[in-house]
Amino acid sequence: MFRDAWLIAGKDLKIEMRARVGINQIVPFAVTVLVLFAFALDTDQEALRTYAPGLFWVTVLLASLLAIGRSFAVDLADGASDRLLLSGIDPIAVFGGKAAAIAIQLVVLEVLLASGVVLLFDVTVHRYGLMVCAGLAAAAGVATAGTLYGALVSGLGVRETLLPMLLLPVVAPVLVGATRAFQDAFGVAGAEGWAWLGLLAGFAAIYGVFGALSYGALLEEA
Amino acid sequence: MSTVVAATTSSKATRVLGWLTLAGFALLVALAFAWVPEDTRITEQGDVVGQFDAVRLMFVHVPSAILAYTGFGLTFLASLAYLRWRTDWWDMMAHASAEIGVVFGVLTLVTGSIWGRPTWQTWWEWGDVRLVTALVMVLVFVGYLAVRRIPADTAVRARRSVVIALVGAVNIVIVNRSVDWWENRTLHQQSTLTARKIRDETLFTLSFSFAVGMALFAWLLLHRFRLAYLESQIEQLEVDEAMEERRAEAGLPDDSEEQA
Amino acid sequence: MEPAVRLRAAVTLLGRFPALAGVDLEIAPGEIVLLKGPNGAGKTTLLRLCAGLCSLASGQGWVLGHDLNDERRMVRRRVALLGHRTGLYDDLTVAENVAFWARAAGAGGTDVDEAIERLSLTGRLADTRVGRLSAGQRRRASIASLVVRRPELWLLDEPHAGLDQQSRDTVDTLVRGAAAAGATVVLATHELERIQVLKPRVVSVVGGMVRSGSDSADAPNDGDASTEGDRRVP
Repeated sequence: MFRDAWLIAGKDLKIEMRARVGINQIVPFAVTVLVLFAFALDTDQEALRTYAPGLFWVTVLLASLLAIGRSFAVDLADGASDRLLLSGIDPIAVFGGKAAAIAIQLVVLEVLLASGVVLLFDVTVHRYGLMVCAGLAAAAGVATAGTLYGALVSGLGVRETLLPMLLLPVVAPVLVGATRAFQDAFGVAGAEGWAWLGLLAGFAAIYGVFGALSYGALLEEA
Repeated sequence: MSTVVAATTSSKATRVLGWLTLAGFALLVALAFAWVPEDTRITEQGDVVGQFDAVRLMFVHVPSAILAYTGFGLTFLASLAYLRWRTDWWDMMAHASAEIGVVFGVLTLVTGSIWGRPTWQTWWEWGDVRLVTALVMVLVFVGYLAVRRIPADTAVRARRSVVIALVGAVNIVIVNRSVDWWENRTLHQQSTLTARKIRDETLFTLSFSFAVGMALFAWLLLHRFRLAYLESQIEQLEVDEAMEERRAEAGLPDDSEEQA
Repeated sequence: MEPAVRLRAAVTLLGRFPALAGVDLEIAPGEIVLLKGPNGAGKTTLLRLCAGLCSLASGQGWVLGHDLNDERRMVRRRVALLGHRTGLYDDLTVAENVAFWARAAGAGGTDVDEAIERLSLTGRLADTRVGRLSAGQRRRASIASLVVRRPELWLLDEPHAGLDQQSRDTVDTLVRGAAAAGATVVLATHELERIQVLKPRVVSVVGGMVRSGSDSADAPNDGDASTEGDRRVP
């Protein structure tokens, strides 16, 4: 099972490394969103510093929609999704593999964006440990929920519009939790960052279990 | 095989229920505006405080909220039941109650907002657990209905819907908890009923509004469910018809031995 | 011996359209079956049903002894379906694609080399990204990624369509090899003369139903086949 999950994750990551859609399109998109926030807040350095955690996570969520859509588009392009069904790989392993690949891409994106936030928004990090843990847990949560919903809408003609509509309300708690954790890590507001980390981890665990259990049923298209 | 069922969603029972609901609603309007006094209290300092006329909105707002939760709760239960028994009946029940839940959910948000303006001096308060939970809940089920509207095989659609309904239910709990942690304050009065601060007329009208709401809910649910059932019948007729055409197609060429 | 495929009044709906409107079919292990019939007759759906990718709206079916109603996952891992789409990833090389699907099926590295060899994809071709291949090369790579699974039942949907001469020959060699190895082959193709030498049993599919189970001995001539192929849905 873990071997199969790793096989799927490795395949997805290798394709991403080759195609460079993430680096060439998703990362520039995310950076553009950050720049737009700076314009929207009228170059108010103080406001940017205060709201940096929230802006950072909104950006990550928006970019994650692209990464999730891309992960399923690759399988749909020339019938590989049918082949995956025919391969006999346990759907739980497919879910785990795809979620892991998306999570790893999100972590890379977070690292790049975090440096962007530090540079552009003049933020100083006070608690690195908390920041790293929250970043990992939030990526896991978004990736598990995203893989679940990505599979649900995959193959539907309206998937590009449906995915944001379904996924964003669901990952709203991640936004709340990760923002509070980062506020604590950046020292811009008093928040119990470690407690919020618990929420993020719980979210990832719940959606991990839920996704693994329902993935097989969702892949069955007929 | 192709038995045509009644081409209407109403029956004698639903017509009676419908008229009763309408009469009840008329009485509720009369009670709410003519009988219930406006909400005022005099504080120890002698100031007059309260919700004044806005209290009358409560007779729409509170039952709507309860019916929205009833609808979503029913969707959740029907989805679980579908997982267990896998019959279209439960799938249609989940669909019907979700639709009614969304209608009452939106009504709750709108009336609450209108009521909040004079009472709390704000249309919306982000820190309020109940407001945010209700909003996210409505959004989740709007998404649920959007997925249901996509044409698909009945079983496929039912499976997708079950996943969204169950995830949605879990999500509502998570959102509720996280917003509670997030701000940990609410503008809603905690215990109007138990604290006995409520007048008898108001209490009676409120209870009456629950009864009217429940009747309305039952009436809507019956009609919506029957509509779904009729739709599935039409679908079945179309499949039967297509099947006959398909078999005729098979019988057409060269050998005419096989007339299905 | 248990039939490789057994269908009883099998109905498959695509949306509300009955692609298969009650198919009765029995295919013995090791048999080569040619499905012929006009476009839209239901050949593709029949092959997908046998692969466990479509569900039965009514009727019964067994493939390799597994029930199509509730053991489709068992069916899937034992068959190979070559459809209109190749099931390959454009950004991976031929060798990587074949290796991925081999490992997904639990096959080893030697199987990969052997399959690449058999479909003449060795050398520079093996290290070329699939996105840069010609249609024929893609199809061969797709077949290689199926060969590694050592399927007991081959389901080939128009395997010759749009291929160059070399790739067509490769497909024929594959069918012959699979049959020689004792696998069952079901294929839908308009290229009847190519398949004729294998003496397949011809099964006509029309209007979502199977019309006849004529024997391999009196397979129809090419003229008959071309009229079948040209006939459109009335």
